[in-house]
Amino acid sequence: MKRVLLPALALVLLSGCETLGLGDDKTAAIEDRNAQQAKKPGGGTAPSSGTTSGRGVETSGLGGSGINGQPLDGKSLDAAGKDSRKDPASPLYKRSVYFDYDSFVVKDEYRTMLEAHAGFLNARRNARVIVQGNADERGSREYNLALGQKRAEAVRKTFAVMGVAEEQLEAISFGEEKPRSVGSSEQDFAENRRADIVYSDE
Amino acid sequence: MAVVSASQAWAALEIQVTGGAANRIPVALISFQSPENRPDPELTAIIGADLLRSGQISLVNTAGSQQPGEPSQIDYGVWRGKNADAIVIGRVDSLPDGRLEVQFRLMDVVKQTQLAGLSFTVGRGQWRAAAHKIADVIYEKLTGMPGVFSSRIAYINKRGKRFELMVSDADGHNPQTVVRSGEPLISPSFSPDGGRIAYVSFEDKKPVVYVQSLRDGSRRAVAAFKGSNSAPAWSPDGTRLAVTLTRDSGSQIYLIRADGSSLARLTNSGAIDTEPVWSPDGQSIYFTSDRGGSPQIYRVSVNGGEARRVTFDGSYNVSPDVSPDGKYLTYIQRESGRFQVALHELSNGQVRTLTDSAHDESPSFAPNGQLVLYATLHGGRGVLGTVSLDGRTRARLTESGSDTREPAWGP
Repeated sequence: MKRVLLPALALVLLSGCETLGLGDDKTAAIEDRNAQQAKKPGGGTAPSSGTTSGRGVETSGLGGSGINGQPLDGKSLDAAGKDSRKDPASPLYKRSVYFDYDSFVVKDEYRTMLEAHAGFLNARRNARVIVQGNADERGSREYNLALGQKRAEAVRKTFAVMGVAEEQLEAISFGEEKPRSVGSSEQDFAENRRADIVYSDE
Repeated sequence: MAVVSASQAWAALEIQVTGGAANRIPVALISFQSPENRPDPELTAIIGADLLRSGQISLVNTAGSQQPGEPSQIDYGVWRGKNADAIVIGRVDSLPDGRLEVQFRLMDVVKQTQLAGLSFTVGRGQWRAAAHKIADVIYEKLTGMPGVFSSRIAYINKRGKRFELMVSDADGHNPQTVVRSGEPLISPSFSPDGGRIAYVSFEDKKPVVYVQSLRDGSRRAVAAFKGSNSAPAWSPDGTRLAVTLTRDSGSQIYLIRADGSSLARLTNSGAIDTEPVWSPDGQSIYFTSDRGGSPQIYRVSVNGGEARRVTFDGSYNVSPDVSPDGKYLTYIQRESGRFQVALHELSNGQVRTLTDSAHDESPSFAPNGQLVLYATLHGGRGVLGTVSLDGRTRARLTESGSDTREPAWGP
């Protein structure tokens, strides 16, 4: 076959080569260079906006939780010297608030439990709580993130009414991304319409 | 309506064409004569799958007919008899340095003239890129619109408990991992020039918006405020992002520069406002809000002010994307418990359902506006699919081996 190319075709040819050249660039370039850095243990707090995150996302298979030492200042202990948050008999042991379908109202049955946490937080102004909202898997992931946020906000506001300082509280959402129950039954969905109370020192 | 499964031979890709061939341009794609050591699959298999996926071109059966490799060998009568409008011929030759020389011509069957011709030299690693380039030239010559086969897509793969942000060719091949994490990743979005990607990562035990260079992998947390940070959407000029933040109250939409500076609140409702996307002229933002009691699509000026409701059909319309010409919206509509891709013509409010599956998510327009990429469930796992604007041509891009979701179409 003779290569008879019109000038116009030669132009297309040039741009064609350029486009193809990107193929090599793609291969070489697409690599998150942070990916091999070790994950900072306990990276649970929010980095300030506008800074480069030095935290790697991926590391070896140590599960990412690491060894997260906590100061033993005794402030979490009650009069008997125990951390009642770890006592199954204490209302502080309970951490989950469940919501009805399409509802964002904290039901009365959680009042005692939330009052206990509010009391704990009010007595320890250094204590911090993250309220993690969740949603079932149906529909848009981003919209479900907002639904989970609405549940977390409902619990946060309840705490605020109970006198907990704003700086002690952060409401965030996992949406449908971290389901406790992975099935698709109504029971699974109900399990995932939930807000969890998590202390930052845990 | 009969469902015809066309051309199963096209590799792992499954393309379903529903209804007749009306409005599709018939093309005869002759297998290129190639050296034995050519990469797999053959070039015309990749080109053919691209063209079929567009929904605007049909392939004439070439089996048992002449297989011309040069214009002088074409018996136009044969191809007119098969109702082909155009015929594609070409060849591949091995060069001494191991590279391959690819030549092809697109001929008008009726006028018996050349519509396009191209010759280029590629490395073996550029085999698929060469095929996509040829498909783009053929598509553009025949439809008058730019092809999208050389563009890229991004999506999230879930493997066990690990999440990967992937960038691949538009047909799902050549996947490359951009981010790996043990925590969820969602909502990838290409910058308009394709050089950066924004996404939401949960690696900090909460959703944070990152912008990452696809060139060197460097990245920055651009929205990591108190509360949740999500739903990044690039402005058409690539300087700003619309994001959903909860720092002041519930989920509300904010504008922020791509470097994380100059934060400004856009919406001010007591309801959920999220999933922002920019109109192509950069003047307005479409978004999802439940301010009317159920999630619907609204539109607001980038300068703020009153938001106008855009969708009225049904009780659940979410995840909007705007076509590049600004004339259409695609979004997910729930109808009788099924979540499906809808196409909404903005000039007259007409809404059409493009899919017949039940768990569709994240529709995203192709750069030329002629296809919609979306995620759905197949065999209990997430897969990606494309659908043409008439809903008649659907293709599945990824195989059911991994759990794939959150696709976004890039340049």
